[in-house]
Amino acid sequence: MEELPPSHYPAGRAAAVAAAFIRYRHGGPGRGLALGAIRSACREDIAAAGCKYHLELVLQDIHDKDSAVNCTAEVLYPLGNKNTAPDVQFTLEGELRNTDEADGVFYNRIKSLDKELMAKNIPDSQGNIPPELEPIHLLAGAASGYVICQNSTENTNFQLAQIKHVKQVKRSDEYLQFDYVILLHEMVSQEIIPWEMTVTWHPRHGVQVSQDSRQPQSA
Amino acid sequence: MRILPVLAALAAAACSRRTFVGDQVLRITPSDQEQVALLRLLDQQTDPEVNYWRHPTTLGHPADLLVPSSSLQEVKDFLEHHNISSCIMIEDLQKLLDEESKTMREARRTKRSSSSSTFDFGSYHTMEEIYSWMDALVEDHPTLVSKIQLGQSYEGRPLYVLKFSTGGSNRSAIWLDTGIHSREWITQAVGIWTASKIATGYRQDPSLTAVLDSMDIFLEIITNPDGFAFTHSSDRLWRKTRSLSAGSHCVGVDLNRNWAAGFGGSGSSSDPCSELYRGPYAHSEREVQAIVDFIRGHGNVKSVVSIHSYSQMLLFPYGYKTAPAPDHQELNEVAKKAVSDLAAVFGTKYSYGSIAQTIYIAAGTTIDWAYESGVRYSFTFELRDSGRHGFLLPSNQIIPTATETWPALLDIMVHALEHPY
Repeated sequence: MEELPPSHYPAGRAAAVAAAFIRYRHGGPGRGLALGAIRSACREDIAAAGCKYHLELVLQDIHDKDSAVNCTAEVLYPLGNKNTAPDVQFTLEGELRNTDEADGVFYNRIKSLDKELMAKNIPDSQGNIPPELEPIHLLAGAASGYVICQNSTENTNFQLAQIKHVKQVKRSDEYLQFDYVILLHEMVSQEIIPWEMTVTWHPRHGVQVSQDSRQPQSA
Repeated sequence: MRILPVLAALAAAACSRRTFVGDQVLRITPSDQEQVALLRLLDQQTDPEVNYWRHPTTLGHPADLLVPSSSLQEVKDFLEHHNISSCIMIEDLQKLLDEESKTMREARRTKRSSSSSTFDFGSYHTMEEIYSWMDALVEDHPTLVSKIQLGQSYEGRPLYVLKFSTGGSNRSAIWLDTGIHSREWITQAVGIWTASKIATGYRQDPSLTAVLDSMDIFLEIITNPDGFAFTHSSDRLWRKTRSLSAGSHCVGVDLNRNWAAGFGGSGSSSDPCSELYRGPYAHSEREVQAIVDFIRGHGNVKSVVSIHSYSQMLLFPYGYKTAPAPDHQELNEVAKKAVSDLAAVFGTKYSYGSIAQTIYIAAGTTIDWAYESGVRYSFTFELRDSGRHGFLLPSNQIIPTATETWPALLDIMVHALEHPY
């Protein structure tokens, strides 16, 4: 087991994967979770399996500046086959802020729209997000956590750069559905990668990415 | 009765260029035709050398007469002798001219200085707005700030650098650049704020004053103007230049992989379609060559700070190899202090270390070239944030980011000042 400096990139990349997965599991239109700090990191080579990172992280609720949620996580990057997603296990210490009310408000608002919601360029060039689209942005943050996790290796570090386009798809069941085209920024190659994802959400059932596909980049 | 701007009147009177100290303009009111005739005669004589601004034509209309100081007594005697009433309209023409010049200068300055110091630093601006503001800054601080053009970009845009200097000749210097990657908009915005801070902080801030009393500061705000224009017109997330590559439909070179330091190594690409495309050869990009020529030609640059976003890091050489730089220990200490002073402002946490350890291996970077060219105090900032907004940092974070980065920049500059080599 090798101890890693928290400020160097190997720990940073593994922590980004863990944070992405945690966002997918616990994020939603009412909650954004950001990586606050890396308290410690170790790397363990596991014969025939891969490389496992043990992390102690601090997460922050975007809407609560003073919040700090401690968390331990393990990220196992598999050996060889780069098409297999890393495996992430995590434990959160303490409770996350309850978002039932905000979730309910958002749910009812979207359900009662006459026309399907449609928007583009969130945030805009100046970095601004209209308040009524903030939950759409947070939902993308949660859903992109899945895409990021699925496509990460020790040589990548993905962040959600922008929602290029989002369109609501009305459903007959109780779920809300949004078809997104997002731009991911991959920091090691510095590439901007468009990605389509179909996202469903329900206040009680959380976020699901039912379909996703990488799109061709423009020259 | 309004007096025409005196300068205009002088032009009309076709006076030869000279000073007008003590010269007066008299308003003369003839009371009969005889007096009118006398006044006309006065003009026709070469001595005294008087000049009508308004000719004596008819009764009831006053004439205005410019009288040189040497002829004043003579003319006044003449008027008195013939009982022609007059009064002094302008007591000293030169004084009036001087006051008028001053007022006009001040009016121009007020018009533009209200834009240099009241510029909206908390918004993102276009290239035209930034260039216009730079001119205003120079006009408002003419003894401290000047603008230099290093050359031209690929598409022919000027490469402007602001020079901050309190005098001397080829003093040791600090180089700062922002916007080398055009999509990193927070950096150009911080560059503008910082330029203003340097201009207004001289003689206010003791550390800055100590630096400027011995050293010059050069600041290139829009280091990649073609890319910057493209982020406004077409693709907000454009990083590279807009140079065309032979045999490829892809455009642009990564300016931070184009420098002759480990050029061609890992962490840069030979593929023109890559965001890390290093270019066909080192310094192939005009934007890089211009800086290389300037720093080499200057010969006395002691620190290079190249500003990027995002990740919240303060980095030093090397990027192209993992081996520590000879000055690693000292650079690490400087970075540690700078990052601590930055955090003290709003609590923003930065990590620090060499490029290769902290962020990734990257060959052909600005600060590796600077360091290997003998510039010991070479640093790269990666400004806010750590990924939540990334390149699309909200404009309400511009001023906080600039404010917290300033003490870190100052730490580096002061260290360069106090450790000459």
